[in-house]
Amino acid sequence: MATIKIPPVLRKQTGGEAEVSAKGATVGELLHSLTSAHPETESQLFGPEGDLNRYVNIYLNDEDVRVLNGLETAATDSDTVVILPAMAGGR
Amino acid sequence: MTLVQSKEQTAIEEITPAEALEELNSGGVTLIDTREPHEYSEVHLDGGRLVPPGILADNIADAAPDRSGRVLLYCRSGIRSATAAEQMMELGYENVASVAGGILEWQAQGLPVIEAAGLTADQRDRYSRHTLLPEVGVDGQIKMLNAKVLLLGAGGLGAPTALYLAAAGIGTIGLIDDDVVDASNLQRQVIHNTERVGMPKTTSARLTIEALNPDINVIEHNYRLDASNVIEVLSQYDVIVDGADNFPVRYLLNDASVRLGKPVVSASILSFDGQISTFVPYEGPCYRCLYPTPPPADLAPSCSENGVLGVMAGLMGLLQANEVIKLVVGIGEPLIGRLLLYESLGTRFTELKIRRDPDCPICGPDAANIPDSELGQFPDYDLFCAG
Repeated sequence: MATIKIPPVLRKQTGGEAEVSAKGATVGELLHSLTSAHPETESQLFGPEGDLNRYVNIYLNDEDVRVLNGLETAATDSDTVVILPAMAGGR
Repeated sequence: MTLVQSKEQTAIEEITPAEALEELNSGGVTLIDTREPHEYSEVHLDGGRLVPPGILADNIADAAPDRSGRVLLYCRSGIRSATAAEQMMELGYENVASVAGGILEWQAQGLPVIEAAGLTADQRDRYSRHTLLPEVGVDGQIKMLNAKVLLLGAGGLGAPTALYLAAAGIGTIGLIDDDVVDASNLQRQVIHNTERVGMPKTTSARLTIEALNPDINVIEHNYRLDASNVIEVLSQYDVIVDGADNFPVRYLLNDASVRLGKPVVSASILSFDGQISTFVPYEGPCYRCLYPTPPPADLAPSCSENGVLGVMAGLMGLLQANEVIKLVVGIGEPLIGRLLLYESLGTRFTELKIRRDPDCPICGPDAANIPDSELGQFPDYDLFCAG
């Protein structure tokens, strides 16, 4: 099972979990495994057309999937997917 | 030149400073300083290589590989260098001499020395732990004293960043913030204190900095950064530290700093998490390459809504200060093209690669074509603000 790191702003939707295990052969499958287990994350990650929202960055290990093969990027059980939304807190 | 007898009856050659200078000028001589690093950093002889007495036996072969070559030794007054000469003769050095009277006598005769130029005696003392670092040295400290750094926000991130930059001797620190100190700030904004509740944050921060380090010139910008003032304010500084608490200001700052070519050290904190990167225009990606559009309001909560562990401000703020110092001194590897995430509950750092977006509207190929007349003209960022 691959690991998905959940950012603080999405943890309400994962019952407080900061890391979720997921099954899938691609980054897209892993994310859909997450949205099946925690349906409230879906609208945060994907637009109505099923595309990744532009304000969410998805990394496979340390690389942005947009410079890889997007949601089709192959993933293995030893990989970590990082969901990275922008944060603005400074105070 | 005189020969003195040491307690082991070994003849140690002593020469006067003038004789030593003549030998040094004719060349082929190795000059060793047998004092401690803090003495060396204040004043030393040109070409003198530091080998403190405690590590002489281990390090002298590096400094003076040729045991038959001419080696001159000096210290403060001539005592430690005579001892070192004796030690070296026991190690097999054949042509060693100690400078009688040391660097004190050398200076008394008006002969040239290398002084820690540009630093006052007080500054040499205050910043000695910096100047001892070969990567910083006196030159690096002078760069810090001449640097002008703007802190966007004198709150959670700005408080620790400002304190440590002030202690480090960043000569000019600008603070831009229109807020006043609130009791709920004090759990993390360590530059303020209980007596200052109600005082403008820029004023409270200035008072603390002035008490910490009188070298620092603090400039208060007691207003909000907006499109009408961003270019004028940023133009006055070398490095910008972004600790803003909202997206409109972060995008505004990014766009203006790219146009002005100013590096931005950007961090943010929320709950138990923090992230930081360093954006150097055209050398690496900009904030918009990383985050082309801001998230909707429900994905962009603020610390006042969600809470933040107080020490997160310190941790991420000091990582920002570290980045600033590296940029100013020109050492190390700043976080250009890298985003560092910190999770305090797991005590884990994660590093992600950030790349320049070839289509970035701000630092992409069209950026150079933006006419000067549009400088400082930005869209109404409040339209998409989550705050």
